[in-house]
Amino acid sequence: MAWTRKVLRVNLTQGSCVSEPLNMAWAAQYLGQRGLASKYLVSEIDPLVDPLAAENKIIYATGPLTGTMASTGGRYSVVTKGPLTGVIACSNSGGFFGAELKAAGWDMIIVEGKSPRPVYLHIENDKAVLLAAEDLWGRTVWDTEGTLKKRHQDPLLRVSSIGRAGENQVLFAAIVNDLHRAAGRSGVGAVMGSKNLKAIAVRGTLGVGNIADPKSFMAAVAAGKKVLAENAVTGQGLPTYGTQVLMNVINEMGASPTRNHRDVQFEGARKISAEAMHEKRTTDGKTHLVTNQACFGCTIACGRISRIDETHFSVETKPQYWGASGGLEYEAAWALGNANGVDDLEALQYANLVCNEDGMDPISFGATVGAVMELYELGILTRDDIGLEAPFGSAEALCRLAEMTARGEGFGKVVGLGSKRLCTRYGRPDLSMTVKGQEFPAYDGRALQGMGLAYATSNRGACHLRGYMVSSEVFGIPVKTDPRETAGKPELLKAFQDATAAVDSSGLCVFTTFAWTMNDIQPQIQSACEGDWSLESLLQTGERIWNLERDFNLAAGITGKDDTLPPRLLNEPCKTGASKGMVAELGKMLPEYYSLRGWTPDGVPTAATRARLGL
Amino acid sequence: MEIVFKLFASLSDHLPAAARRTNALPLEVADDCSVAALIDSWSLPPRMVHLVLVNGEYIPPSQRAGRLLTAGDVVAIWPPIAGG
Repeated sequence: MAWTRKVLRVNLTQGSCVSEPLNMAWAAQYLGQRGLASKYLVSEIDPLVDPLAAENKIIYATGPLTGTMASTGGRYSVVTKGPLTGVIACSNSGGFFGAELKAAGWDMIIVEGKSPRPVYLHIENDKAVLLAAEDLWGRTVWDTEGTLKKRHQDPLLRVSSIGRAGENQVLFAAIVNDLHRAAGRSGVGAVMGSKNLKAIAVRGTLGVGNIADPKSFMAAVAAGKKVLAENAVTGQGLPTYGTQVLMNVINEMGASPTRNHRDVQFEGARKISAEAMHEKRTTDGKTHLVTNQACFGCTIACGRISRIDETHFSVETKPQYWGASGGLEYEAAWALGNANGVDDLEALQYANLVCNEDGMDPISFGATVGAVMELYELGILTRDDIGLEAPFGSAEALCRLAEMTARGEGFGKVVGLGSKRLCTRYGRPDLSMTVKGQEFPAYDGRALQGMGLAYATSNRGACHLRGYMVSSEVFGIPVKTDPRETAGKPELLKAFQDATAAVDSSGLCVFTTFAWTMNDIQPQIQSACEGDWSLESLLQTGERIWNLERDFNLAAGITGKDDTLPPRLLNEPCKTGASKGMVAELGKMLPEYYSLRGWTPDGVPTAATRARLGL
Repeated sequence: MEIVFKLFASLSDHLPAAARRTNALPLEVADDCSVAALIDSWSLPPRMVHLVLVNGEYIPPSQRAGRLLTAGDVVAIWPPIAGG
């Protein structure tokens, strides 16, 4: 359905759940999900608030196409001030929770305050109540989800919850729904934990409604699905190989950050790739990959469901991990593997399972372990500090650190601070591979110049999903550009960022854009939503969202000086690969990017830009 | 001269069975072999030959006939892919 026009406001301090009308004037400017939730957040909190204080708020927001028959229309976003970064956090998840929330009649949930004791929010259509969760505290996401389904005698209950990582306020804790889909980045799970909110369990049976022009919508949706089905990437490549198909591509190019970005190619990449997941193991004759999986309404089905080798050291005495479960996706495989020099596919899957089970972002976790391993090899961290040997390549260290971090044990508490704080604590902040405190994902900004700029300017810290320049620099979507070239990249990145912000506000998955252009998306939004959702309006909405986020971040204390990359990427050239000898040429791109954005040379939106965008 | 020929994703099926676990095949080719000639000799489905890298560098379709291989080159090919 398009907007339900209802917001559920939950005050944990007071224990109240109140329905209020959606601000439709804001919806007309910010569409939904990422954009609209960001507008609510920046309007309601002090940008300088401590992210883990009761005064911070956390918003779970659907888009107008969430829960509709549009392909991939099942997304929701969690928006808050992020504890890992100190800037706006917006983490997007698939699965089925978002569509269920919409079917219960809610566009978004705004959670404020802090509960004096652990609670969970139970929603059944228009009934919303806070219930005691003392018995759930200290339990995993998987346990919580199963327990709530039994307690409410409803196997179709959809649950979004935190595990022990969120409770322990691991700064990269995730919120996990449907067992292994996550609002993963920037530590949104720690905010939930800080509020003593364990879970949101929702059941919605109100069905679809409020489509502005149902007949046109059905036609636009059908046309969109045809495009996805006939496209070689979304119709064949992604369902068969998943995102993990990138492992060998990025590595062959020499764009795969390895061992905390010391190297750009990993000799073990083939062993942890999509191709390896399709092969029969020598131990049990089974393939690692069991099947693919789709989120709500998705006709791509890129998700991976795998079965770990029962004889692997990580699980041989833990039968609870032997069943089929989520993973590995590319970014997680890279962070747990290449970033640490670990080429043991089963170990990566175990660490990934722990991240899903206890709600941690595997990207930030894996990348932080990369920093730990470099500090260990430099002799700055010792076995006594960590509690175990942790050289690059140690699958044992990776698995044990995952457990320790998720459970808040020993050195795991330090890992849970993230790479920036950890490296600073041990006197080597230069070894933290982060931007604005958030760890890089799986592409090297020296080998892919446009991605370097994307990382530096991302509004939520280092992130691939705010402007996925890989699409152009590697895949040739929508046009192939030379990854080593800087010319033209600022303009292309701005277009990616603005379009992505619009898609992230619609309820659709950004993966559709491997096949869809905005010309495919626009008719779906326009026919579902009242108002002007022309192509021009949508792109301006995206630009408005980008600037809204930027304004918040500036007010939160960042400056243009934070739009940078670690010294390693700026000064240490790629050692191998097609970009051998290159560093990230950020200085060649950033001034032009600011100018194209209508920002001052210091990175501040000008008054004219704000006026043009209605900010 | 010898090069290394790599096929990935669904193109892996075109490799000899023994090479599929590495996706790589050491290959003898003529000294004047071009990228296009190499691709033609394997009868790969044209629409599936999407991303062609030589030593990690992308070779666009318009340059494949003119790009001659040298000993030790690594040629890697993917069908249309994306992810992230």
